[in-house]
Amino acid sequence: MAEVAHRAHPTPRTYWIIAAILAGVTAIEIAVPYISALDPIKVPLLWALAAIKFFAVVGFFMHLRYEKPLYRTLFFFGVFGVFPLFIVVLLSMHAF
Amino acid sequence: MTSHSVPVEVHDHHDVRPIRKAAMWVFLGSECMFFGSMIATFLLYRNETGDGPGAEIFDIPFTSASSFILLMSSLTMVLAHNAFENRDPRATRIWLGATALLGTIFLAGQIFEFTEFVHKGLTLSTSSFGSAFYMLTGFHGAHVAIGVLMLMAMFYLSFSGRLYDDRGLNVELVGLYWHFVDIVWIVIFTVVYLLQV
Repeated sequence: MAEVAHRAHPTPRTYWIIAAILAGVTAIEIAVPYISALDPIKVPLLWALAAIKFFAVVGFFMHLRYEKPLYRTLFFFGVFGVFPLFIVVLLSMHAF
Repeated sequence: MTSHSVPVEVHDHHDVRPIRKAAMWVFLGSECMFFGSMIATFLLYRNETGDGPGAEIFDIPFTSASSFILLMSSLTMVLAHNAFENRDPRATRIWLGATALLGTIFLAGQIFEFTEFVHKGLTLSTSSFGSAFYMLTGFHGAHVAIGVLMLMAMFYLSFSGRLYDDRGLNVELVGLYWHFVDIVWIVIFTVVYLLQV
């Protein structure tokens, strides 16, 4: 059986739920720097919260999880290409 | 000799929508690298404040509020796209207008923030920190401004009934661009503001 190229997009109800989750994560994000008990894990925690928001928007609002695999490949080539680029920029500026 | 008239199907219209959409994803991927290099530069210079102010002048509650506004504009954008897919021009127009409005509020907030920072002594030439900060957030602001212009163009087209004229930009492509502007800000807000507190 042929694989279905892409699935139907979500309903407005799903969009509102995702927006509520994004609002909740943002509230936690804003609180984290002011809670001193979280200082040891502040950096990874803030990165994790940003990643949740990033992938929620990309997956649901940009519909990437419902789209053709080609679009995912094209986009994530750029997203993950950032990391070697980071290294190149830092090396070129003698950061190490 | 009998002649049969055979209907000839002329395929003079190719569906270029998937190609345009793929091109948009390639563009957004390349934009990730563009902003990635600017974020790397900011991280490198974040402590190079010289005699000028540094991250202590940031007003986190204010920037949090404007970040929240931009985040919610992604919701209104996806609702505009949903209405567009359901061939509901009125709802599409309302949500497009709401998205443009939220984007404009974000931009107004950024202009206010920049003005405050300049008054506190942080300019583009004050320090490496200032240069990296204004270049990164300024380029993002320019992207938001372009997005608002495209949203307003879509809003205008919705009145003239040309919203579904599928030859150029459409709501879906503008939406992808707008969501991208939002996800870039998610990263900038974390790296530039929250991690510097």
